[in-house]
Amino acid sequence: MKSRGRIALAALALGSALAALACGATYFEIPIETPIRPKLDVSAFQAVLVAGFVAGGSDEVDANQETVRLLRSQLRSNETLRLINADVLPLAEIAQEQNRAVTGRSTEQEGAADNPDDNDMQPLPLPTEINNEDDIEAYERLFANTAYWRQIGEEYQNPLIVTGTVLFMPHSRQGIVQREQEQYDSFGRRRVVPIRTYSERKGFVLRPKFVFIDGRTGARIHQETYREEVLYSAQQNTPALSSYFELMDRLVPSFLSALSTQSVRGTRVLLR
Amino acid sequence: MNPRTAVLLSLLVTAAVSPVLADARDDARAQASFGIDVAQRGLWREAIYRWERAVELDPTYAAAYNNLAIGYEHEGNFANARTAYEKALELEPENIQIRQNYELFREINDRTSSDEIER
Repeated sequence: MKSRGRIALAALALGSALAALACGATYFEIPIETPIRPKLDVSAFQAVLVAGFVAGGSDEVDANQETVRLLRSQLRSNETLRLINADVLPLAEIAQEQNRAVTGRSTEQEGAADNPDDNDMQPLPLPTEINNEDDIEAYERLFANTAYWRQIGEEYQNPLIVTGTVLFMPHSRQGIVQREQEQYDSFGRRRVVPIRTYSERKGFVLRPKFVFIDGRTGARIHQETYREEVLYSAQQNTPALSSYFELMDRLVPSFLSALSTQSVRGTRVLLR
Repeated sequence: MNPRTAVLLSLLVTAAVSPVLADARDDARAQASFGIDVAQRGLWREAIYRWERAVELDPTYAAAYNNLAIGYEHEGNFANARTAYEKALELEPENIQIRQNYELFREINDRTSSDEIER
C-alpha cells in the first residue's frame, strides 16, 4: 500500500515536471537599466561653481580643499554645465567675518539706542574650531545669506553654486564582531566557520551636506545630507586621506544624480 | 421566471461567453509572451506595447501588469511603473516575484524623489 502511494506521488511529480516543461518557463530574469532623471532642473544655468565648504572634524585632511577638488574632477565631464575653475573659498573664515560684522553692527546700534532688548538680536558666536555636528551646524546661517551668494553669482556670471559643509572625523567602536575563519578537519577538508570576538575598531565618519544655490538670486534651491562611516581593526593603520576618498566614493554617484541623468543597473523578473 | 428556466438560461449565457473569455485570455497570454521575447532582445518599446495590449485583453492578468511595470521602469516612467506594480500586487498580493520587483523599484524611486536625503 505504502509503495503504491509512493509510485503515485512520483508519477504526479513527474507529470507536473513534464507539464512545466511543455508549458515552458514561467519567469525570466532580465537585466534593466533604469534612467534616473536629475533631481535639479539645471537648464537655466550654463556653468557650475564648486565654491567651497565649511569643513572640520580632523586636522589630517583638509576636507574643504579635497571635496572641492574631487567634485570638480567629477563635474568636469558634465556635458550640460561648464565647470568654473576658481580659488576655493575659505568659507569658515568668511562666515566668521560675516558674524563679526553683524555683531559689530549690533553693538554699535546697542550703544546708540541703549536698548538692552537688542542683545537678543545678536547672532550667537561661531565656534572657532569645528569638531562635531553641533559646531558645524552653527555655520548653517552662511547658506541663508542670499546677498553674499548673489554677489558670488554676479562675479561668475550667475552659475549654479555648489557649497555646503563637510565633517570628517575620527570614530571608534568597541564590541562583539563576527568574522569568518577557515578551519581544516583531520581529513584536510576546508570549512569556514563564524567566530565572534570582542574587538576595538577605529575609523572615520564623513557627514557632508551639499547645498545648491542659484547664483542669480543667491537662494538655496536644493540640499542633500549624507552620513557614511568606515571602521578598521585597531591594528590596521589606514591613512585618513584614503578613508576620506573611500567614503566620498560611496556618495559621489548620488551627488552627481542631482545634476545629471544617471542610470542604475539591476535585474527584474518577467512573468509569463 | 421559472427557476429552472433561469438556471438553464444562465448556463446558456455562460456557455456562450466562456469561449470568448478564454480566447481573450489566450490572446493576452500570447501578447505577454511575445513581449517577453522582444524585451529579451532589447526591444523595450515593442514589449511595452505588447504588455499594454495584454492588460487590455485581460485586465486580471497580474503577470502582464508586472511586466508592464518593468518596461515603464526601464523607460524611466516611474509614475506609470508604480501604478502597474500596484495593480499587479492588487491582483496577486501573495506573488513573491512581483513583490520583490516592486521593492527593488521603490528602492530606486524613493531615492530619487526625496529632496532632502539622509543616509
